[in-house]
Amino acid sequence: MQVTMTVNGDEVSREIEGRLLLVHFLRDHLGLTGTHWGCDTSNCGTCVVWMDGEPVKSCTVLAAMAGGREVRTVEGLEQDNVLDPVQQGFMACHGLQCGFCTPGMMMTARALLDRNPDPTDGEIREAISGQICRCTGYATIVRSVHWAADHERAARAGDSETPEAVPAGSAS
Amino acid sequence: MTAVEDHPARVFDDNDQKPVGHGRMLRKEDPRFLRGKGHYVDDVQLNGMLHLAILRSPVAHGRIVSIDTSAAEAHPLVKAVVTGAALAEQGLAWMPTLSNDVQAVLATDKVRFQGQEVAFVVAEDRYAARDALELIDVEYEILPPVIDARRALEPGAPVIRDDLEGKTDNHCFDWQTGDEAATEAAFAKADVVVTQDIVYPRVHPAPMETCGAVADYDRIDGKLTLWSTTQAPHAHRTLYAIVAGLPEHKIRVIAPDIGGGFGNKVPIYPGYVCAIVASIVTGKPVKWVEDRSENLTSTGFARDYIMRGEIAATKEGKILAIRTNVLADHGAFNGTAAPVKYPAGFFGVFTGSYDIEAAFAKMTAVYTNKAPGGVAYACSFRITEAVYLVERIVDCLADELKMDPAELRLKNLLRPEQFPYTSKTGWVYDSGNYEPTLRLAMEMAGYEELRREQADKRERGELMGIGIAFFTEAVGAGPRKDMDILGLGMADGCELRVHPTGKAVVRVSCMSQGQGHETTFAQIVAEEIGIPPADIQVVNGDTDQTPFGLGTYGSRSTPVSGAAAAMVARKVRDKARIIASGMLEVSVADLEWVKGSFHVKGDPTKSVTIQDIAMRAHGAGDLPEGIEGGLEAQICYNPSNLTYPHGAYICVVDVDPGTAVVTVRRFIAVDDCGTRINPMIIEGQVHGGLTDGVGMALMEMISFDEDGNCISGSLMDYLIPTALEVPDWETGFTVTPSPHHPIGAKGVGESATVGSPPAIVNAVVDALKPFGLRHADMPLTPSRVWDAMQGHPTPSV
Repeated sequence: MQVTMTVNGDEVSREIEGRLLLVHFLRDHLGLTGTHWGCDTSNCGTCVVWMDGEPVKSCTVLAAMAGGREVRTVEGLEQDNVLDPVQQGFMACHGLQCGFCTPGMMMTARALLDRNPDPTDGEIREAISGQICRCTGYATIVRSVHWAADHERAARAGDSETPEAVPAGSAS
Repeated sequence: MTAVEDHPARVFDDNDQKPVGHGRMLRKEDPRFLRGKGHYVDDVQLNGMLHLAILRSPVAHGRIVSIDTSAAEAHPLVKAVVTGAALAEQGLAWMPTLSNDVQAVLATDKVRFQGQEVAFVVAEDRYAARDALELIDVEYEILPPVIDARRALEPGAPVIRDDLEGKTDNHCFDWQTGDEAATEAAFAKADVVVTQDIVYPRVHPAPMETCGAVADYDRIDGKLTLWSTTQAPHAHRTLYAIVAGLPEHKIRVIAPDIGGGFGNKVPIYPGYVCAIVASIVTGKPVKWVEDRSENLTSTGFARDYIMRGEIAATKEGKILAIRTNVLADHGAFNGTAAPVKYPAGFFGVFTGSYDIEAAFAKMTAVYTNKAPGGVAYACSFRITEAVYLVERIVDCLADELKMDPAELRLKNLLRPEQFPYTSKTGWVYDSGNYEPTLRLAMEMAGYEELRREQADKRERGELMGIGIAFFTEAVGAGPRKDMDILGLGMADGCELRVHPTGKAVVRVSCMSQGQGHETTFAQIVAEEIGIPPADIQVVNGDTDQTPFGLGTYGSRSTPVSGAAAAMVARKVRDKARIIASGMLEVSVADLEWVKGSFHVKGDPTKSVTIQDIAMRAHGAGDLPEGIEGGLEAQICYNPSNLTYPHGAYICVVDVDPGTAVVTVRRFIAVDDCGTRINPMIIEGQVHGGLTDGVGMALMEMISFDEDGNCISGSLMDYLIPTALEVPDWETGFTVTPSPHHPIGAKGVGESATVGSPPAIVNAVVDALKPFGLRHADMPLTPSRVWDAMQGHPTPSV
């Protein structure tokens, strides 16, 4: 069957099998390998992407179900060569180690901050509780999301004390 | 030096641009991971690539009567179907394990655990490969399985390993350490003896990325390139040369980014070998990536030790001796990765951190109809089990003596003047200063105040517990005189090249799985040679590009490869000094090294930087006599001893009296890993290990029913902590450098995984003191805690 959707702002159209999962469509058909796959049971959340602005587990969504929808992946977080504050926060606060769960964690974190710009520790933990990180112990992820929230709040206030941005390609 | 770590909300050090090494530095690998540009095995996409899927045994023990692959072969997208019989014709049906056993690549005669590899299909896409598995018809003659390790050696038990010539039972190995007679004498004179049965159940590392490989065999030049999820690319290459008969120089193993390892990616799995065979057979690149269920049911588990611990002491609380008897369940094949002389790994450090007179351990290992393994899950080569045993039994003694567990530990900890300390089982602890570490943890926790709070709550019927664990690890395997894996010495190579413009590349034999080696190793070299970390590229995970070494597990990267990196940088610096003496026209002895440049002693205006020297080394003009051009070196570092990190952990839990749910309210971890290279990365390693500990203590267990069905084969059944089950960690540190490591570093990767389970269990048992409880086995799930509260705690296996 033919499926057409918008992925990170670009319209894509492919001939696919009806049973194809969105995660495999993104990875194998579009080459967007930033979205990962980690379990068979929708528990781990390494595959989280946005569909029409809502985080979904792309291992539990058929590519066909995303037809006509807007999908956003980790590759779409960076805008105009500037990392999203969530991405910057994860780097600044060591919110990642092996990097495998990171794209899903960041997509959830971005969605959280869009609806709740000043979350508590508990709200952050609740938001990412459908996802597993085996490396970090979560505390640094919580700090990372706070960092992004602080940064965005300062930017909104036009605060001259805006935390310094991590330059693109920093330390690479 | 002792300190409580702060939690900076935002810190942007720019020290990666300075000629200094050690200190907090943001990670060099992060920019790619943050953008979704990490490159993991499943991201490898090659032209014409085929996909492999493995048919696995549905039964734990059975004889293969017949396999019919004709329907699968007829599938239009299938390119090959291979069974054990076909592999046997090529002599590839069996492979060596990393502990001198053999393991079936594909079963030929019998299946020996549920999930064992029986056949594989190669197809044009991953879905078709899975479809075709359904078309293979295997008939099994079901055999009675051996599931309970305690019954494995009973007369008449079914013999699992009848593939081994003359094998008539399920015995795997016996091992013992220590002085049996001296221990018996110490027990005989003791005022108090406490005995406790303690089970460390089978758990699984379950890295977020499962295991997988892409094999690409080039028929023209006979070269195999294998991208695989391996923590030990060089050891794997050598084994492939032995297994597959391919010449070693025609094998290139690439470990790209690894999505977590925790020991799970040390062994060679049948799937890797199948992918290699499939590429050779089809002439195409072949990808195999296991699913989560395959990962949990067939790859390297951890623990599965059934232990009896005994401790002898005076009535004043002076510990005299510790004795243990262990039954080890190694599954169907001994797939552990242990140095040859150490079949029980480093379990011999079970005497812990205490000054005792004698110790003795005896172990019997058995085969059962369960998945092979044993290396995995940040195990420090079985130190996790050893530390759990001693820290649990010491708490049992405190209970018997009605002594505070902190006081009992403080009374018995080794004293600084005893180091280097030779343990009663022969381990030479390199350095340690234990009491300040425990004191700092108690101070951070507010120990006295916590005890007062607990007393108040007990009055009100509330269940609050405080648990302490003090651990000493032995990591950084290891000295080649004692340690090898399958005959390969456990040394690690390192090569450093400084380019003409003063930038550098360092090539290491260890392999990051998230530990941040690209950052840490750049920092180690920067510290020694004064080139900013940003100007140093770290290469790991490619056998064609890195020197030989045994890889990353057992917390060995910093103790072994880290030492190699420091030593090779010093070797380059020594050469740079000679070149500098020529440039400045003074003798070598008149030069002094000041981070990044050589100065003429007494004349600070005359100096050359390492970058100046690099250009001269590669440039025109004479070099001092006998000096070759270029500025590079290679070494192979053979550690003279293991390193012995230590730490003190305190856990505070609340147990709901109505539901028996355990909540970890606080966790204080004070680690001493010697010299600290990047505190941010160390903190991250500790946090991750503590979370593992919560998982093992409260949630995780790989369990089996009586038929040998694995009933923990998915993440719905095998519970891993999420952000809701763990607290905000409180960390601190002390620094006791290793005297023999070139920069004094000891390694920290597994410390928290080793130290946290006993702290948590001790806390839960402490909370349940009003019920008269002395011990309950992990995992302390609500139902098991409830049982304990009713007075009948049950062993977990």
